[in-house]
Amino acid sequence: MKLRLVLLAALLAFAAPTWAVKGAIEPLPFQNHAQEVRFQHLTKQLRCLVCQNENLADSNADLARDLRLEVFQLMQQGKTDAQIKAYLVARYGDFVLYQPPLKPGTWLLWFGPAAILLAGGVVVVIAIRRRRRLADNHQGAATAGPSGEAPENTGDDW
Amino acid sequence: MKRLIPFAVFMGLIGLFGFGIWWNTWHDARYVPSPLIDKPAPNFALPKLDAPDETVTKASLLGKPYLLNIFGSWCIACAEEHPVLMADARSLGIPLVGYDYKDDPNDAKRWLADHGNPYDLVIADEPGRTAIDFGVYGAPESFLIDAKGIIRYKHIGPLTPDVIKKELLPRIAAAKREAP
Repeated sequence: MKLRLVLLAALLAFAAPTWAVKGAIEPLPFQNHAQEVRFQHLTKQLRCLVCQNENLADSNADLARDLRLEVFQLMQQGKTDAQIKAYLVARYGDFVLYQPPLKPGTWLLWFGPAAILLAGGVVVVIAIRRRRRLADNHQGAATAGPSGEAPENTGDDW
Repeated sequence: MKRLIPFAVFMGLIGLFGFGIWWNTWHDARYVPSPLIDKPAPNFALPKLDAPDETVTKASLLGKPYLLNIFGSWCIACAEEHPVLMADARSLGIPLVGYDYKDDPNDAKRWLADHGNPYDLVIADEPGRTAIDFGVYGAPESFLIDAKGIIRYKHIGPLTPDVIKKELLPRIAAAKREAP
């Protein structure tokens, strides 16, 4: 039994370094919990360049590890989140940000869906009004009898 | 006439989807345009691979254009690119500077001994810290840096004879015209 324990301890001792190397997300020496929360929040908003559907917080790519360390060091230097983002954007472009910045080149991206929704709404309102007017004309024609004008055929039946 | 409007909208949508399919068949989704084009290359100070005591800096390479090629012995696409560099490095007409990225120097030396060394100079960035300043996100990558230290062009992925002929050589010629 004792021998087994010794063996187990020896095995664990050998295994420990491989955990340290293979550990998916290496622990960083945060000063406090608030800083760790801030770090997690920030790296979740940043894209891993190598595996582009992962964020920096979750990625196990080599570069993501380097960039996490970089973000951590910038935080230790007292840089704000905006400064850290600007630092990465200067090197990798807007692509590192999951949320694209608002600028003339991205207006279509930001406001396009709302514009399309608005255009669709306008089309629907016009169609409803026209249909109502058509229905009114029909009623008018019915009460006016044979002398009434036939409603204008707009050809618009959608 | 009014019946044609929905049809036109429909055809417009078909066109849009068609464009999406066509575009996705050839464009590289992994390609991230560099914000550093036409901007000064970052300052760096890195050791030579074969003489780690000697430091190469951005300033020491100023004065003539050069091609900075990011590679690593661990990088599969670099092995793919390597024969192209071996064949075409001389025809570039400018120095080819190798940038050994996140690599054990001994591995890199062995790799170059095995496959041949197309580089005029090789600098080593084992920790990969300087590569972040260059916006490197995967080897191989190639930067054309002019005599004033401005990044004129970046190619991501292996250089091919076609890319060298169509994209790189005209830009090298332009860079050389400015600073022979």
